Amino acid sequence: MGLEAFFFYIFSIAAVASAILVIIARNPVHAVLFLILAFFNAAGLFVLLGAEFLAMLLVIVYVGAVAVLFLFVVMMLDVDFAELRAGFIKNAGLGAIVGGIVMLELIMVLGFQSYSSQIIGNPAAPAPLVTDNVTNTEALGRILYTKYIFFFQVAGLILLVAMIGAIVLTLRHKEGVRRQSIAVQVARTPETAMEIIKVAPGQSVFPKNEGPAE
Amino acid sequence: MEIGIGHYLTVAAMLFTIGIFGIFLNRKNVIVILMSVELMLLAVNINLVAFSSFNKDLVGQVFAMMVLTVAAAEAAVGLAIIVVYYRNRGSIAVEDINMMKG
Repeated sequence: MGLEAFFFYIFSIAAVASAILVIIARNPVHAVLFLILAFFNAAGLFVLLGAEFLAMLLVIVYVGAVAVLFLFVVMMLDVDFAELRAGFIKNAGLGAIVGGIVMLELIMVLGFQSYSSQIIGNPAAPAPLVTDNVTNTEALGRILYTKYIFFFQVAGLILLVAMIGAIVLTLRHKEGVRRQSIAVQVARTPETAMEIIKVAPGQSVFPKNEGPAE
Repeated sequence: MEIGIGHYLTVAAMLFTIGIFGIFLNRKNVIVILMSVELMLLAVNINLVAFSSFNKDLVGQVFAMMVLTVAAAEAAVGLAIIVVYYRNRGSIAVEDINMMKG
């Protein structure tokens, strides 16, 4: 067994095992942590496939951002997760039937075909040869910023919309909070801010009913 | 034994099936359902990258990046909706989400 096969089996077995633990874990925090493990192993598979940039992207974007977001939400919400697990076994039968059917279909579609090394005659964006001495990241950048610049910009737009959407959804204005209004502060003039009172001898500045604090 | 594209497709198919199974298994817990959807998207990404690698065509990886972007956006908005829902109703059980009587 070669080194590649060895690592492939390690990564894929760990990915599938941690994926199973994601869905059966009792504690959702553990589920999120197993999700992180599954993503790490998938990143290992991507490295084996020669897609180093996507592997690093998976680690940074998923483990660094999405999984931590899940962790935040799971820990922030005070939910009785044991109650949510009611009917776990009852639903397992239907799930196993549907999952088995999908698995069977995928095996029938994908498993019984023999893939030649070159499925498509002329690729749209040929990957660089090993002899070209171009890294995967550089090759991806070369086509992403030229031929697929529209995809790139649409991806940025999607992220912007998601960011604004998430902020708008979760932002709430509390009543009774005093906020700084810079425009009002800047618009103050001595006329609106001060009042000159002539005080007669022996008289108080304050009106009779509200004297100075004792 | 040579590791071919079939091996990677098998792993992806297993992950996808586990994702579907997870949705059925945790029918009441929205957060775990979202995690199962993430697993399914990961399986799709493995398929795309495997075909990209074995076809020597980089477009598959560009598309996998696109899937990654959309998955991240979906997770962010989905979790924001869960937080708002919990704030309003004090529960995130799926059967309680019936205000629209759908």
